[in-house]
Amino acid sequence: MTSNYAPDGATQLEIYKRVALLKANDERSRKVIMNGRLVMPYYSYRGQEVIPSAMAAALTDDDYWVTIYRGIHDMLAKGMPLNDLWAEIAGRVDGTCKGKGGPMHLTYPKKGIMVTTGIVGSSMPIANGIAWGSQLSGNDRVTVATFGDGASNIGAFHESLNLAAVWKLPVIFLCQNNLYGEHTTYEKATSAKRVADRAAAYNMPGVRVNGNDPIEMYAAAREAVERARAGEGPTLIEAMTFRFHGHVFGDADAYMDKAQKKAAMEADPAPIFRARLIAEGIATEEELSAIEAAIEVQLDEAVEFALASPFPELDELTKDVYAEGVVA
Amino acid sequence: MSDTATKTKPVTILQAINTAIADAMEADSSVVVLGEDVADPEDGGVVGVTKGLSSRFGDHRVRSTPIAEQAIIGAAIGASLVGYKPVAEIMLMNFTTVAMDMIVNHAAKLRFMSGGQTNVPIVVRTMTGTGFGSGGQHCDYLEAWFAHTAGMKVVAPSNPADAYGLMRAAIDDPDPVLYIENLPAYWTPGAPPETGHVVPLGKAKVVKEGTDVTIVSYSRVLNEAVAAVEAMEAAGVSAEIIDLRTISPWDRETVFTSVAKTGRCLIAHEAVTQFGVGAEIAATLQSEFFGKLKAPIGRLGAPYAPVPFSKPLESAYAPDAKRIAEAAISLKK
Repeated sequence: MTSNYAPDGATQLEIYKRVALLKANDERSRKVIMNGRLVMPYYSYRGQEVIPSAMAAALTDDDYWVTIYRGIHDMLAKGMPLNDLWAEIAGRVDGTCKGKGGPMHLTYPKKGIMVTTGIVGSSMPIANGIAWGSQLSGNDRVTVATFGDGASNIGAFHESLNLAAVWKLPVIFLCQNNLYGEHTTYEKATSAKRVADRAAAYNMPGVRVNGNDPIEMYAAAREAVERARAGEGPTLIEAMTFRFHGHVFGDADAYMDKAQKKAAMEADPAPIFRARLIAEGIATEEELSAIEAAIEVQLDEAVEFALASPFPELDELTKDVYAEGVVA
Repeated sequence: MSDTATKTKPVTILQAINTAIADAMEADSSVVVLGEDVADPEDGGVVGVTKGLSSRFGDHRVRSTPIAEQAIIGAAIGASLVGYKPVAEIMLMNFTTVAMDMIVNHAAKLRFMSGGQTNVPIVVRTMTGTGFGSGGQHCDYLEAWFAHTAGMKVVAPSNPADAYGLMRAAIDDPDPVLYIENLPAYWTPGAPPETGHVVPLGKAKVVKEGTDVTIVSYSRVLNEAVAAVEAMEAAGVSAEIIDLRTISPWDRETVFTSVAKTGRCLIAHEAVTQFGVGAEIAATLQSEFFGKLKAPIGRLGAPYAPVPFSKPLESAYAPDAKRIAEAAISLKK
């Protein structure tokens, strides 16, 4: 991996702030669900925090991101405010989508968060279109499409990579390879040894990186961003990681290899990153603890804000179907 | 040629659609076109509907795509999210099946699921229709699927002026519109549209006034209904013919006004009858006019079968003027 884009200390700290936020948010989400205060389908991203944190650090607020149902970490990394997020996943009127989208359809265009799709693979065709818009406008905005390893087996992946390469679109295909597509292992479902290898078929660069390593992940992200901004076209990044929990929170994850899972959790990227920042003198224990404590306070506030927010009025059922209201 | 002569010279539906897109592109630089073979090096579309556009507006705004319907509609959706008004061509209506996820799960729903933060102002142009011996996968009328999808609008013009006006309205509509073109009717001539002529979505047109039976139709079959007038008149049946033009949202007011007058209604379309657009209209009418109808509401569509290849079978598949006349006459008996 090229080190042209190794993050400096300040950038690493920015990445860590996101990692800490994402990790704490996941832990809080599971706790609130377990306490029965919130009912929702929850797709835990615990273990995958470094990938969007490093990717987002390589972007600006003007850049776009399209994600999937396991995407709350992506959205938080890109800047969705906690209050808006929590009110949305609680189905409340103060949610970013007025409670009508929920955890699988988070949207926040103010920070470039354009679509969250619940359909495997469908982030990519739409990301292409957003990137086409940037190309048409002549602006230098980059669009990121995230998806899992399972999505690399669906038609939309192949149609999208082909079109993006043919049109040289400023788009980054960011595969978060957590080794499981729903309940099925990567090897059982995927013919390619590496998702990144599939890029060759579409004549674009494909790189596999350790997505849990913030330095490696950031360097790959920056390189792809620079390439896209320079008009050189798309990149496929396969970021290796591991999903600490089952497909949907609450499933017994009996299909996951126990030893593999144990090893992955022992190699939890968040505390490793944290320890390294301190060891290398990038931050002190006190500074990081203060950051983490502030996040907990923000989460306290966000959860209470969300649960105190009213549910939408029933007339919202037929609003936003069309611009002019329901016409049927 | 004088201006007047230009305006009175008949044009085809194909020319009217082409002119409508060109005029929209001229008026608004955010209008872009994409689809298989749509640019001029690829002949401006398989039947030439978009001919001349890429030469006039540039390869950037008029792009031929790979044969990849999900990618086409995805690209249209994405561009629409950031301010463009894409006109995407899905060559044949049967090929929309390949892009159903993009159309139904995304284009139709993003406004709602985002709580109104985003919208998808795209036009999906698609052609279909029996008559050319295309068999079972190239000429279905699938409009009921899309009309059944909240968030979609569906239009199907029957003549050049409406084709132009509906296209201009569809391009400027803030929500996704499926625009159905009939292949055999592309070369049907008609009065030319005025430049800038807009046919508002959701507005039907009474094509012919009558007193005995209301016939509701759209697309090519509407013209079959018009062709049936003579036979109906000969049998003493005065038909009022309504061109729905927009299938969803459909113009209840115009249809209700007519049925209130005639007390009878026949809905005719090329799609299979079962679970079709006719069923929705018939159900709504029976609810509105229960006890006031002079005859059961009639529905005329294709049999519940795929489109056949063999010519006699294909000819018997979609309603024609003869069957429409017979059905309308039987309602008055």
